[in-house]
Amino acid sequence: MSEAAPDTTAPETTPPQREALLEVDHVTLRFGGVVALNDVDFTLYKGEILGLIGPNGAGKTTCFNAMTGVYAPTQGEIRFKGERVSGRARHKITRMGIARTFQNIRLFPEMSALENVMVGADAHHKASVISALFRLPRFWREERSGRDRAHDLLRFVGIERPGELARNLSYGEQRRLEIARALATSPTLLCLDEPAAGFNPAEKDSLLKLIRKIRDTGVTVLLIEHDMRLVMGVTDRIVVLEFGKKIAEGLPAEVRDNPAVIAAYLGVPTDAA
Amino acid sequence: MDFDGLVRDFPDLTTTGLEQGAIYALVALGYTLVYGVLRLINFAHSEVFMIGTVAALGTWQAMGYNQDSSVSGIGLILLLVLAGLAAAVVASTLTAVAVERVAYRPLRRRNAPPLAFLITAIGASFVLFEAVGLFSDNIGIGGERGPFGMVRPFQPATLFSIGGWDITNTQVLVVFSALGMLVALDLFVNRSRLGRGIRAVAQDPDTAALMGVNKDRVILLVFVIGGIMAGAAALLWNVTYAFSRFDVGFLIGLKAFSAAVLGGIGNLRGALLGGLLLGVVENYASGLFGGEWKDFTGFVVLIVLLMFRPTGLLGESLGRARA
Amino acid sequence: MNAHVEKVRSRGRSMRARWDSMPRQVRWIALLALVVFLYLLPNRWFYINLWYFRTMESDMATVLFETSFFVLLAVGLNVVVGFAGLLDLGYFGFFAVGAYTVALLTSPESRFDVGWPWLAAVPAAVAVTMISGVILGGPTLRLRGDYLAIVTLGFAEMIRLYAARNEGIANGQRGIPEIPHPVPSVKGSDGQALFGVVDARPYYWLTLTIIIFVILGVRNLTRSRVGRAWVAIREDEDAAQIMGVPTFKYKLWAFAIGAAVGGLSGALFAGKQSFINSDSFQLTNSILVLAAVILGGAGNIYGAVIGAFITWYLPEWVRGIGGVIGLEINVAEYRILIFGAVLIVMMIFRPQGILPSRRRAAEFADRRQEAAPTEASA
Repeated sequence: MSEAAPDTTAPETTPPQREALLEVDHVTLRFGGVVALNDVDFTLYKGEILGLIGPNGAGKTTCFNAMTGVYAPTQGEIRFKGERVSGRARHKITRMGIARTFQNIRLFPEMSALENVMVGADAHHKASVISALFRLPRFWREERSGRDRAHDLLRFVGIERPGELARNLSYGEQRRLEIARALATSPTLLCLDEPAAGFNPAEKDSLLKLIRKIRDTGVTVLLIEHDMRLVMGVTDRIVVLEFGKKIAEGLPAEVRDNPAVIAAYLGVPTDAA
Repeated sequence: MDFDGLVRDFPDLTTTGLEQGAIYALVALGYTLVYGVLRLINFAHSEVFMIGTVAALGTWQAMGYNQDSSVSGIGLILLLVLAGLAAAVVASTLTAVAVERVAYRPLRRRNAPPLAFLITAIGASFVLFEAVGLFSDNIGIGGERGPFGMVRPFQPATLFSIGGWDITNTQVLVVFSALGMLVALDLFVNRSRLGRGIRAVAQDPDTAALMGVNKDRVILLVFVIGGIMAGAAALLWNVTYAFSRFDVGFLIGLKAFSAAVLGGIGNLRGALLGGLLLGVVENYASGLFGGEWKDFTGFVVLIVLLMFRPTGLLGESLGRARA
Repeated sequence: MNAHVEKVRSRGRSMRARWDSMPRQVRWIALLALVVFLYLLPNRWFYINLWYFRTMESDMATVLFETSFFVLLAVGLNVVVGFAGLLDLGYFGFFAVGAYTVALLTSPESRFDVGWPWLAAVPAAVAVTMISGVILGGPTLRLRGDYLAIVTLGFAEMIRLYAARNEGIANGQRGIPEIPHPVPSVKGSDGQALFGVVDARPYYWLTLTIIIFVILGVRNLTRSRVGRAWVAIREDEDAAQIMGVPTFKYKLWAFAIGAAVGGLSGALFAGKQSFINSDSFQLTNSILVLAAVILGGAGNIYGAVIGAFITWYLPEWVRGIGGVIGLEINVAEYRILIFGAVLIVMMIFRPQGILPSRRRAAEFADRRQEAAPTEASA
């Protein structure tokens, strides 16, 4: 593997005039002496599906974690709807409208599928401990609406057995349940961390359709993915990272033909697909 | 608040504090080592110490010496100390290993959640302490859960004084033994092959296993070292206080744990620093507020630390940077 | 042997399924019958017909009061340990805070000498314990779980030491006497105050009533966003927070609710004994309550009830039966030894307890499955 990081940055494609949703503003992130992200800079526009790709260890997940507030950038800033993300409690970031799924599935295995989604829906509920204790009207109202919403979302992602424990669902269903749970928090931005990992081609196709369906409901999607076919098929734009630096950004076709991207991927086995 | 008392007794409080702190430090090592490797608070460690004190006491009784015996002659003193030490170290080590075998290893094998480890640890602790409490009169080391007096191998006496600071023989013995053992342990962990294994497992158990380090053996080793240190602490305790009881481990355990957190849990040198510091601070507190407040100091220190600096003074080391 | 365990487990499942599938009315009637039975139980004319079920060597009503009291503690601790997954070892510390609050507010011997009636002091005791729970939980609940365990353990011991040594407020070992009994104006059929010294039945009935209300409250909470948040925290705290659960807030609530139930029990205890000192708050009791929760099945309200029944009633009952067959079996003396061992044995062989929560049973089974392949390859 070549040690030298390519410094050729792909020509900037001017995005159409659209409203910026998430701005990654020259972000650098260091852990001790290790530079995990080096001056990464891109913008996510409202209503698009953006792919974030790169070889293993390129810093995708680190970037993702910085966007969802897990790490605070050493330099630079990440803004969501113009407000800084870092420094907030994680549950508050969720309430701002950023939701995510996990690369390695992290459901609540002993809760039913329905309950899992309801935990997400609870993010915007206001019923206090007191009103839950005495079953005040607000409790009933929220419980009903949360339950209805959870059922709708389970249907939306295609899970037929709402009462089943999450751990008893099939692998594919678990991945889709994670998406439903994230959607239940009513996000404006949905971040999917390798949602197709371990999927067969048929499952990938249905995931592709699901992601488009989600976008059509007005949710912006950030997709981290290994599988180039999936990324090329569904995203509007792509950002490519390598060794913590952005090496390209643009439309799928442009990125595919970018020599720096080809170089980065050459010899790097794509373990998914 | 009694500032005059604090100033008047300052030398005494300091030396007594160092002496007690050295014992805390030795017990704290057991917490720190196990925490560093397993990321688990070994609640039963206080009982490992307690068993040590009872074993030394029982050995002395069996040799025919009790609280009314008087001891003279350097040979006899040495015999009693060494016999007590051997008994305490063996008993403590066996207890520590038994706890690991019975309460922890089965859970590790089935990948149990952390809560399960805490619960078995608590269970083990209470089984040990209750067993000693219930059966102490049957095994001839005192009765009815009461305090067990014991022989003093030698009487505490002022060895020398420097500028108004009286140093007793037990203080010299305790502080220097503890220091010596800590230096030896530090060398062992940092220089020897087995010590490298401990550090490797502490940093990354999975990688260490891939590199051929036997995780179970390292864990056993850690419990053995913890047991030896607790046994030594138990003997030093007996020599200093000539007193034991089924629940003697509880407060010592709590303070030793506070000391470990104070120095930075998982950090060997931190355990020494934390132990000595806590011993001195709680003695100053007792000078300042009165003796009945002494035992609260460790707890208050623990709470304040957890609020403001949970990683302790020297930071958590031995293993990875903790999340 | 595994097959046997499986069989027992599936039998448990089918019993639950059968219960769930019964018509609503039948279930209500069955529950009502159980409640009536429990209220009748301490009456001599009633339990004398139950032959071997009663305790032979000790007063049935007193044992029932102690058991019910223990059940209340277990139900409270179950919220903290079972639902939210927080190991609280200082439960009796809160119990002590509740008892001392009542004692100080009601007893003429108290330093404050305000002489409140018992009934007025109870809400104050609950409030004070809740506040002490928040003070203790605040700094520790943000940290790893085992810190909480040792801090709560230390807390309980410190409260006891303070009560034993402090002469000013807690009267040291002499304790606080003359705590009034509950509602002295209510008279029994004999014209004496209903809540007296000799008859333990009124206290049992009072505790039983409180237990029913506490269970209803806990049940309401666990079937709401609060309970979902607790279980989510127990299952995966990070994921819960990322899904928008304010984890610290709900952990603190669980801790404070547990503390409040502990304080309530302490208030009851003070009202019954009318004397307290530091000996009433031995640390070992905290462990017995924990054992009851684990034994019965953490995360299941009724499991906690059954666990408490086994830890308290069963040893007394065994003693009585021993008397009948001419043996002196004083199990109660070995209670802590036995139930300390029970903690280890249960965690290793049946971590989900006797009556597992639907959720928890699956959790432990699952982890075992996950562990199996690694063990095989090692």
